[in-house]
Amino acid sequence: MTTVTADPAPPTPPSGRSARPSRLRRSWEKHWYAWAMVLPVVIVLAVLIFYPLVRGIWISLTNLTEANQAAEICTRSITGGEVCAENPNKWEFIGLDNYVNVLSGNVGDFWQWTAITLIWTLGCVVFHYGLGLGLAVMLNRPMWGRGLYRVLLVLPWAVPAFVSAFAWKFIFNERFGLANSLLTSLGIDPVDWFANQWTSLFTAIVTNIWLGVPFMMVALLGGMQTIPGELYEAAEIDGASAWQRFRNITLPGLRPVSMTVILLGTIWTFNMFPIIFLVTEGQPAGETEILVTGAFRAAFEGIRNYSLASTYGVLILSILLVFSMFYRRALRKQGEVW
Amino acid sequence: MSQLTTPAAATPAAAVPVASARTVKRPGRSRRSPAKSLLLHGTLILASLIALGPIVWVLLSSFKPGYAVQSSDMSLVKDPTLANYSYVLFDTNFPKWLLNSVIVAAFTMLIGIFFSATTGYAVSRFNFPGRRPLMMTFLITQMFPAAILIVPIYTIMARFGLINTLPALIIAYLTIAVPFCAWMLKGYFDSIPTSLDEAAALDGCGPFAIFWRVVLPLARPAIAVTAFYTFLTAWGEVMYASAFIQTDNKFTLAYGLQQFVPQFNPQWEYLTAAAVLVTVPAGVVFMIAQRHLVSGLTAGGTKG
Repeated sequence: MTTVTADPAPPTPPSGRSARPSRLRRSWEKHWYAWAMVLPVVIVLAVLIFYPLVRGIWISLTNLTEANQAAEICTRSITGGEVCAENPNKWEFIGLDNYVNVLSGNVGDFWQWTAITLIWTLGCVVFHYGLGLGLAVMLNRPMWGRGLYRVLLVLPWAVPAFVSAFAWKFIFNERFGLANSLLTSLGIDPVDWFANQWTSLFTAIVTNIWLGVPFMMVALLGGMQTIPGELYEAAEIDGASAWQRFRNITLPGLRPVSMTVILLGTIWTFNMFPIIFLVTEGQPAGETEILVTGAFRAAFEGIRNYSLASTYGVLILSILLVFSMFYRRALRKQGEVW
Repeated sequence: MSQLTTPAAATPAAAVPVASARTVKRPGRSRRSPAKSLLLHGTLILASLIALGPIVWVLLSSFKPGYAVQSSDMSLVKDPTLANYSYVLFDTNFPKWLLNSVIVAAFTMLIGIFFSATTGYAVSRFNFPGRRPLMMTFLITQMFPAAILIVPIYTIMARFGLINTLPALIIAYLTIAVPFCAWMLKGYFDSIPTSLDEAAALDGCGPFAIFWRVVLPLARPAIAVTAFYTFLTAWGEVMYASAFIQTDNKFTLAYGLQQFVPQFNPQWEYLTAAAVLVTVPAGVVFMIAQRHLVSGLTAGGTKG
């Protein structure tokens, strides 16, 4: 663009040299308002997402921690003046050591956390989508009280995540929680939910399912409304059963919406920090940590280890990037979605 | 353009009549057998109870005194009292926190709507160089594990002198909300026929006037969802708030109310009251926006 402003040449017959600037200018003239419209967002994202990312990658190759971040160590002398000397243990470039430590299990429990993350993500997304779809199909029919049901079912979405986390932790409290008193009234022994890895993970997954179904339901309901009603009429005339209509009209019609919400849901659940952090707190003994929460504790409890945090961040981002690449490729075979 | 030829790209204006026409044209479907009807309503009532249960339980608990909240003896109402609320409201910095939260959420909402709408519109209507990379970037921002890369973000905020200020939070929340909202709005804009734009252009509207006077008013449901989403993102967020805000008078409500409860041995009775107080404004915004949620949320859009 600087070439354009620096070279306000009148439209002379295009020579070989000026062909490039004039193409740039034509592109600029054609697209400047599109660029102007996206510019603020691009700048903010570049500063707050892209730069931290690049910096994170760099930091993950160093041994930067809270303790060694200062370039100089200053000590106050008796006279009141400050004496500064270079920090002998200043942070430095250490190559891939952080990655080796994390992946080999020297630091933290990468593979255990990854396994839990996969179970957590799969469990949540399957139920989010399944329940969301089921409820959306029901709500898409004309019936009495439809509007009321819709409001009630979407309500969990309006509750801030940390409040829901707290509410469910309260419900699953072993002494005075609602869950245990329900079990007791059914004649089942109360469960110490957070003492066992699987019951503990169960509480977190239940919380997150409760939290996430409304979004799926609303998105799928929106998708269903764009499916033309004539398709259903034609199918009905042809004698298609309700199941056949669902299978052959609703599901294919929802495909673009489904693909997007499943991808987004997977990414969001994978990085869902507050639920695990607040509901299970990793109990028992860190056995229910997912990658984000485990990494957060490993890096930020005690002396803050910035380089370790960045290493985990880069690894998590890589996993998700690889996943979405495969996901996209799988979708491409059935036609472009985005 | 090509959108007009695809049957899936029903206009939002047309989508509603289609849906209601379906109810009129096909009475056969609404005449379901009593057993089926019972099953349908039974399932929906059960689901509604599950959706509502935890909220109601916390609400009921917030009116109980401390000993009753922490007792294994369950009852819906026990010695109802407003003591928990009066503690949270008057013995903390509540009014200040509420004001901070309203400021942060309102600005996040307004700026968020504006930026998502302009970006979504540009991505939907103009085939400019950099369009696809931008869409990909939006997706990547969703993969960003902020819990872990919060330190570089903190460093930047510190460099701009934004630590312990509300704008730091507004900017951070915008980065969370705008990419998703822009994507969502793009899907909705795609469903508004471009013939409208062309007609307005013939009448002498510039690109921005078309956006502002023609497309934006038609996209009201999607704008409502964006408002809801951005508001909620800012309203309930705790992590950035705990990283960027240091003094009591700058706390947001969500963070402040979490603060005064000690991490070990939580005082559940105050937490319940605090939870209700945080949720109520979010619920109000939800009630305003909920009418538009279904038609406005076009995740995935109509085409890429």
